[in-house]
Amino acid sequence: MSSLLWMNTLLMNIKSKTIGVKAVLSAFAIFLSACDISQLNNPYSKKDGDLAVLYSAFTERPKHLDPAISYSANEYTFLGQIYEPPFQYHYLKRPYELIPLTAMQMPEVVYLDVEGNSLPENAAEAHIAFTDYLIEIKPGIRYQPHPAFAKNSNGTYRYHALSDSEIARINALADFDQLATRELVAEDYVYQIKRLAYSKIQSPIAELMKQYIVGFDEFYEATRDVDAGELMQRKLSGVEALGKYRYKIRINGKYPQFSYWLAMPFFAPMPWEVDVFYHQDGLIEKNITLDWYPVGTGPFLLAENNPNRRMVLEKNPNFRFEAYPDEGETEDREQGLLEDAGKALPFIDKVVFTLEKETIPYWQKFLQGYYDASGIASDSFDQAVQFSGSGEVGLTHAMEEKGIQLKTSTVTAIYYMGFNMLDPVVGGLSDEARKLRQAIAIAVDYEEFISIFMNGRGEAAQGVLPPGIFGYAEGPEGLNHYVYDWVDGRPKRKSIEAARRLLGEAGYPGGIDPKTGQQLILYFDTTSSGIDDRARLNWFRKQFKKLGLKLVIRGTDYNRFQQKMRAGNAQIYMWGWNADYPDPENFFFLLYGPNGKVQFGGENTGNYQNPEFDRIFEKMRNMDSTDERFRLIQQLQEQVRYDAPWLFGFYPKDFILYHQWYKNVKPNLMANNRLKYVRIDTATRTEKRQQWNQPVFWPIVFVLLLLAALIVPAAIAYRRKIRATASRFQ
Amino acid sequence: MIQYIIRRVLYAFPLLLGVNILTFVLFFVVNSPDDMARMQLGHKHVTEQAVENWKRQRGYHLPLLWNAEASRASKVTETIFFQKSVGLFWFDFGISDSDRRNIGADIKQRMWPSLAVALPTLVLGLITNICVALLMVLFRRSYLEFGGIVLCVVLMSVSSLFYIIGGQFFIGKLLRLVPISGYDESLQALKFIALPIAIGVLAGIGSGARWYRTLFLEEVEKDYVRTARAKGLSETQVLFRHVLKNAMIPILTGVVVVLPLLFMGSLIMESFFSIPGLGSYTIDAINSQDFAIVRSMVFLGSVLYIVGLLLTDISYTLVDPRVRLS
Repeated sequence: MSSLLWMNTLLMNIKSKTIGVKAVLSAFAIFLSACDISQLNNPYSKKDGDLAVLYSAFTERPKHLDPAISYSANEYTFLGQIYEPPFQYHYLKRPYELIPLTAMQMPEVVYLDVEGNSLPENAAEAHIAFTDYLIEIKPGIRYQPHPAFAKNSNGTYRYHALSDSEIARINALADFDQLATRELVAEDYVYQIKRLAYSKIQSPIAELMKQYIVGFDEFYEATRDVDAGELMQRKLSGVEALGKYRYKIRINGKYPQFSYWLAMPFFAPMPWEVDVFYHQDGLIEKNITLDWYPVGTGPFLLAENNPNRRMVLEKNPNFRFEAYPDEGETEDREQGLLEDAGKALPFIDKVVFTLEKETIPYWQKFLQGYYDASGIASDSFDQAVQFSGSGEVGLTHAMEEKGIQLKTSTVTAIYYMGFNMLDPVVGGLSDEARKLRQAIAIAVDYEEFISIFMNGRGEAAQGVLPPGIFGYAEGPEGLNHYVYDWVDGRPKRKSIEAARRLLGEAGYPGGIDPKTGQQLILYFDTTSSGIDDRARLNWFRKQFKKLGLKLVIRGTDYNRFQQKMRAGNAQIYMWGWNADYPDPENFFFLLYGPNGKVQFGGENTGNYQNPEFDRIFEKMRNMDSTDERFRLIQQLQEQVRYDAPWLFGFYPKDFILYHQWYKNVKPNLMANNRLKYVRIDTATRTEKRQQWNQPVFWPIVFVLLLLAALIVPAAIAYRRKIRATASRFQ
Repeated sequence: MIQYIIRRVLYAFPLLLGVNILTFVLFFVVNSPDDMARMQLGHKHVTEQAVENWKRQRGYHLPLLWNAEASRASKVTETIFFQKSVGLFWFDFGISDSDRRNIGADIKQRMWPSLAVALPTLVLGLITNICVALLMVLFRRSYLEFGGIVLCVVLMSVSSLFYIIGGQFFIGKLLRLVPISGYDESLQALKFIALPIAIGVLAGIGSGARWYRTLFLEEVEKDYVRTARAKGLSETQVLFRHVLKNAMIPILTGVVVVLPLLFMGSLIMESFFSIPGLGSYTIDAINSQDFAIVRSMVFLGSVLYIVGLLLTDISYTLVDPRVRLS
């Protein structure tokens, strides 16, 4: 405002008679009025004042915010803060531990036989026909204020049957005058499970849940032609509310991993009123749908929803008391992660997510202090991170000067090179094919790959399970001894001679195919065939060449690649898996025979089928995490390392930078509701932003003077020329 | 002229139908409805049943162009092509395949930011280019003209991406005069669009000024210019009053035709500056195989292009009385 006054005064003092100059200065005054003169590059408005705001970005606009549909990490960034399933992951404890969120305690699990009689906890799996999950939720939890709950004086819902004229004046949820709330009840959880089973919603886990939740499939078929408004009245036999705060989910057989699903937004509560409210055609036409305007009980509510530009979460005024955890790992206290123990969550008032598609502006704004955290793109990696002589990761001097913190964590995911086990050359369980795969596994040096193409942001995989998952073994115990030797306390890849020996034993001495007398040709199918990928693909060719093998790259688009995988026409391919939940079953099922992609359309992309592996897997998958289970997992690892249907690739590592004012940072790859734990030191942020963003004007003045220096002599020369011409004619 | 306009509007229908058929064929040569479904359903737990359900809910379970099993007119109407195309002719763009949003509402929302950048860029660019070109003509055969041409060639030779990244680095990062990227409503938008507009204008000077200079040089040698000079008009009066007016037809051809397309935005500019316009809308849709958005944007682009050509024809009659539309 002061800058506007200053400019107006200036305007008044200027005695220029030209309207153009005034117009330019007025425009400049308006421009300055839109900015803070001391921080011209601040992309945020000043109206947030002293609120504790977290500034973040999203690179891809979310496609769905309906918890029954959404199934991607970028959408969970929003949903996790709004919707509350009954359980959550402990923020600080490792290994990951499920704890109650809206539930009073962990679910009561009751095993039943075919007749429906209760069985003891240690009942044999073969006797368990059903499992009941009995969940009791906390009373007094209230939804965020929302028009769907608003009622008229006669008790009817105010906005459930909007007229055309009412809809005409509504363009966003904020246009509704009356908001209300109500208490969370068990029936809301039941209703959401019905929505998962409702074919018109098309939940991505519907087909999976049909195998488990009793009555799910029947409900799916029975409601095929039913309007969403009727779902409330329909019964789903395996799911029922046992009271206001208690409900039951009955699943087929024993499936201990079901608890993990209960910590995902799929199983968050949905009030029926909201579903009815959003099912009005006029609102759908204006993009006011449940898929875009979530309604939850969580610490935040979605206050602004413009996926084309900005999404804003604000503190839910109806959020109950929930305290910051008071226990964690031993080093958490030293790192100050328990300083806020017992304090009410959330600590921040608002989260502003801005759409930022390109990495360069994102990075620059992070360095200016306008984003509170950032990943590291490969083109700015050297600017941010350096490795010491011993391989330790650290920040560069420039980052340390700014007080930036680096947090690294190994992602619960694996990227692997798969062999199609149906392929006549690389597939099958014969000794020759196995030795060929083992030889390739030695030759393809993933340590080098991680160093060259990932800036060291990965860990060469020794088996199927990444660190942090039950069953992962460290040290020599977890070594893939078909590919590595344990030397000087660390794994060392076997020599290329060992790989060549194996190749000879496989029937391809020196990489020569005896059938043709020429180099054995193998085919690598990939969707990465652009110019940017050329170096990576050449690297793969080079790895195979070490064995005398010729690798032919078959670049293809995503659709054709998927078709090849479904038909079993690919030979060698790259694939990855990100864990749904921290359980070994969620990784080993990728190699389970009955999940074969070609035959059963499952997630076993390599179509690996080994009866021994399947037998052990069936035994392991539903066990509690005991020593016995750990032993079985090591057997599975050994079997897969021996058969080598995968070349285990790497576990990716996240490198995230946080500014010094970002508090309570601990990477948690399972929790979706992390933002409630974050605290922002706003005073430090304001100070640093001021310090880092003082505008620099002199180069602009210099450029203007330079232009004048060019034009003025020419103008003078021109005037002289005109005068000379005029005087010649006089 | 009214008859001419009506005739051109009627010609537009078969053209738009042709464009629609072409878009449809090209899209479905590359993607099948199954591919679209798998892309939208993600990587995990995708079953044949889920694919079938997805297609049925969005109307992609029908045959593409000809329904042999249907009877009479339904052979044509009960197809993906008919169901997805017919609404376009009254600008009912329908719902997107990927996120189920109303496409019309999204277009309405996103066209304003595109326009906020594109229109000032065009106007300021036009004024700047004309001024620079006229200055070069004014100072012809001087070091300024030579320097101007060299500078124009240099400016033309630089990639637009360089201007964007360089502008963000120099103005946004080093001088800290404007935000590096972003957008806001109303007056607040000024600080965000200043840099993209400046970059847009600067990036266009090279080619624009050289092109206009050629037009003006052609004009300055004509008889009427000599007459004007003989009348005693100054060189600036000759250039700005007479030469500029007479060089308007080729300028208009280039400018009016792009006016309606300003709504469509600029892909790279919007992406780097995080401007929520229509520029990236189509590319995002192609990447996510969202046929509903792709067909809508191609259709809209075609309509706007036809409108642009029509406006160009009309503008000829306004600037040159000798031109008559018949």
